[in-house]
Amino acid sequence: MALLEAKGLIKSYGGTEVVRGLDLSIQPGECLGLLGPNGAGKTTTLKMLLGLIEPDAGSIECLGLPVPQAAREARIRIGVVPQMDSLDPDFTVAENLQVYGRYFRLPESILNERIPRLLEFAGLASKANNKVPTLSGGMKRRLTLARALINDPDLIVLDEPTTGLDPQARHVIWQGLRSLIAQGKTVLLTTHFMDEAERLADRLIVIDHGVKIAEGSPREMISQFIEPHVIEVFGEGALDWKMEGQKLCTRLEVAGETLFCYALDEVPALDSLKTQTGLRYLHRPSSLEDVFLKLTGRELRDQ
Amino acid sequence: MNRHHLAPPRLSLRFIPVWRRNFLVWKKLALPSILGNLADPMLYMLGLGYGLGSLLPQVNGVAYITFLAAGTVCYSTMNSATFEVLYSGFSRMHVQKTWEAIMNAPLLLDDVMLGELAWGASKSLLSGVAILTVIWTLGLQYSFWMSLLVLPVVILIGLTFSAMGLVMTAISPSYDFFLYYFTLAITPMVLLCGVFYPVSQLPGFLQNVSSILPLTHAINLVRPLILGKTPPNALMHLLALSAWGASSYWLAVVLTRRRLLK
Repeated sequence: MALLEAKGLIKSYGGTEVVRGLDLSIQPGECLGLLGPNGAGKTTTLKMLLGLIEPDAGSIECLGLPVPQAAREARIRIGVVPQMDSLDPDFTVAENLQVYGRYFRLPESILNERIPRLLEFAGLASKANNKVPTLSGGMKRRLTLARALINDPDLIVLDEPTTGLDPQARHVIWQGLRSLIAQGKTVLLTTHFMDEAERLADRLIVIDHGVKIAEGSPREMISQFIEPHVIEVFGEGALDWKMEGQKLCTRLEVAGETLFCYALDEVPALDSLKTQTGLRYLHRPSSLEDVFLKLTGRELRDQ
Repeated sequence: MNRHHLAPPRLSLRFIPVWRRNFLVWKKLALPSILGNLADPMLYMLGLGYGLGSLLPQVNGVAYITFLAAGTVCYSTMNSATFEVLYSGFSRMHVQKTWEAIMNAPLLLDDVMLGELAWGASKSLLSGVAILTVIWTLGLQYSFWMSLLVLPVVILIGLTFSAMGLVMTAISPSYDFFLYYFTLAITPMVLLCGVFYPVSQLPGFLQNVSSILPLTHAINLVRPLILGKTPPNALMHLLALSAWGASSYWLAVVLTRRRLLK
């Protein structure tokens, strides 16, 4: 039985449908990645699943409880890492966990036992008595993750957990999430970082304009939607190679001054490019990012 | 607007951890906070009470400082509740996203709002008690036992003005917005509701305006108690204050649901 199941979710704001008939389910122990460009409806979907906003239509069952009717009861067993920092700046690291634990009515004895373990998990044991404003961005995120675990949740919901972090900090968060998944926690995560989705998620749902446009494991999606080889051609005269490229590649995309050549067999295109002086090119295996761009297009979304 | 947003506020003891959170922050800054909250009303009361009082032998048959002391209890309580839910409440709701974090736990917006209401009233109780302590120290009260009845009234005043302030917090885009509330509501009440002089000194139409304002009802309850008397029309004043408080709180909850639960 699914741990979380949503059917036909619809939500509109001022006549614009932000989520348009979305179905989604998560099995226990699974890590589901919800992908989509800015404004695709990811955060709205999460808020509906948590019972913080009411869908205009559709049904949600989370941990066996109907949402939003019993959302409060469901949230007793959910941990949330929100997109925006919402730590208490007036409190120390340990106090943040303690105060948050009280919202779950956890007795102080349980909190006193859990907090040191969570600080250890988040690599913040030496910072227990530091105030939040003295922490780096990565430490704040780790503390937010630790805070989401204070109730030992069955489901962990993360909204863009590594946005704005440097590579070191992202890798530490990923390690933490992997260990949670290994412990059997169920994870729902939104992201627009494809490497993050590829590393963590067992299954992905790509949404755009409020509808699901693809679903599958990262590997399945790459093999289903995209050619195995990508050659990026750039530099002066790249566009002059377009005619030639169209004959040699399976599919060719132009983005500004760059050609993206997708190929089942990369050899003919590479042979041709070797004879072109002045052209620079990069040959790499295709990735989830290519799938994402193919599915959602290359235009900017936050304008 | 969603019809669920119009439902009456839900009252649950789940507000307690929200109240405790605010109390824990306050405890860290208690001393400067108390001094900052109390210096201003106390200076007004003592400065005007003795300074102006020496020119005014009696007001309504009592020493001016005694007259003013009762008004100061009310206005200090009002200010304390108002500042708390406006500025600090807005920080927690909008700037620090504290409310959002709490609502990801098993609490509802209504629990958070009730916690803020109770916290605003708690802060204002502290202000009221501090002014009362000055009154007791100076021996301005006519009966100590009657003056103790001011305490429950102060709690009601604190709840009423916290609720009214939460309406402003619900619709405010920024801190600057609160200035309108002070200019258009708080300051007029301080000047028209009988803090500094009897309302009967005002022209008739201003007396009519004054008679419906919540601070007038507060003062009409507290002043007789300081003077050792049972307040005339006590029930009416209590009901009026409660009506201001309850209707404001309902409105504040509806407006905040509309703002945050979308």
